[in-house]
Amino acid sequence: MTELAETTNGTDTAVAATVPLTLRVNGKDHDTAVEPRELLVDVIRERLGLTGTNVGCETTSCGACTVLLDDRSVKSCTVLAVQAQGREITTIEGLADGNTLHPVQAAFQRCHGLQCGFCTPGMVMASVSLIDEGRATDEKSVRAALKGNLCRCTGYHNIVAAVLSAADEMEADK
Amino acid sequence: MTPAPFTYYRPTSVADAISLLTEHGDEAKLIAGGHSLLPIMKLRFAAPEVLIDLGGIDDLDHIRVEGDEIAIGALARHVDLELSDLLRAEAPLLAHTAGVVGDCQIRHRGTFGGSVAHGDPSADLPASLMALRGTIVVEGPGGRRSIAVDDFYTGFLETALEPDELVVELRVPRVGDAPWGYQKFRRRGIDWAIVGVAYQSEPGAGGIGLVNMGPTTLRASASEAALRSGASHDEVAALAAEGTSPVGDGAGSSEYRRHLARVLLSRALAGRSTT
Repeated sequence: MTELAETTNGTDTAVAATVPLTLRVNGKDHDTAVEPRELLVDVIRERLGLTGTNVGCETTSCGACTVLLDDRSVKSCTVLAVQAQGREITTIEGLADGNTLHPVQAAFQRCHGLQCGFCTPGMVMASVSLIDEGRATDEKSVRAALKGNLCRCTGYHNIVAAVLSAADEMEADK
Repeated sequence: MTPAPFTYYRPTSVADAISLLTEHGDEAKLIAGGHSLLPIMKLRFAAPEVLIDLGGIDDLDHIRVEGDEIAIGALARHVDLELSDLLRAEAPLLAHTAGVVGDCQIRHRGTFGGSVAHGDPSADLPASLMALRGTIVVEGPGGRRSIAVDDFYTGFLETALEPDELVVELRVPRVGDAPWGYQKFRRRGIDWAIVGVAYQSEPGAGGIGLVNMGPTTLRASASEAALRSGASHDEVAALAAEGTSPVGDGAGSSEYRRHLARVLLSRALAGRSTT
């Protein structure tokens, strides 16, 4: 068993103790140091500088902070960074292959599946996962599988179209 | 929204986790998927001094046949239950219920054991565990013991777990394709149930669990008795709220919840399920 940190649970902790942590993000190991209480999304953005992942509601509702943890979509505002040790994290920055967009990114562009764009990184990551799990069978299934991602421009129509288009294309390429 | 500071441990075995619980007692909380605990820690409703992360234990996520039961590891995630061909064939009520918890992202993290141990009466899975007359296997310094689901919930967010015990396995009978239904009423897809009803038929009887109809997950005892005596489904459904004590809040009055319980049980008895 590993004890990663000794911190005090009071307000007198001027500088809380950090512990070394290696996170594997987009296929690359990142050595950093975190407090055990730091959320994965904050570490990804503030310590690793990967700001493509957005912070929205911070209450597990909106899905803007969705990343992949071992290829499954999770809301990174509700995961401690220390819980992600030893796992593969994929963020929106890790999807494209050089200048070639991931098929889901390309479909969002093709179908105009975004308006202001704030929810888009989370929508794309959630969509990659739901397609991978075989949930993109029809419009109703896609809407159900995307219910954890909110678009406050309410632009769901083209988002759903993009997911179905990407799923078709990825199936054809298999 | 960052939780208050805590000391973090990541044991790699159940024995190590129990040692840590024994050492730290009430100051410690267990975390698995964290989808019940982290939200309340971020709001500072909970500020445990010690957090014991079960994520380093890699052998508690099984779903397998053991005799006439299905044994499910406490660390199996909701999505594992939802997509399990075995569970879909042997206890489809449970697989379906796991699939209507939260959203995909939540089901990718939340664990069956965590949902059961948290003891929130709004949770879906405990009601189906009750309808199936399941058992909860817990382990502490003295070894393992099994607790019937009816004896597990003792109050709001309170269970029969001792401070040095953790849930290691959930067991349900193999019921095959016997009729079942799960009904969950909420305003938006990602909301908790305002009321939910889980129904599993048994030969000449049936198990019925209620979500959010009191301080704990409840059994609809009057409806079950009516089922055993051969009453019609209408008569059974009319008794759904007998003996319950639902709260009234912004989502609905207590009388509205009683009405929902009757309507939802009627639908569940007909084999209809919320998706």
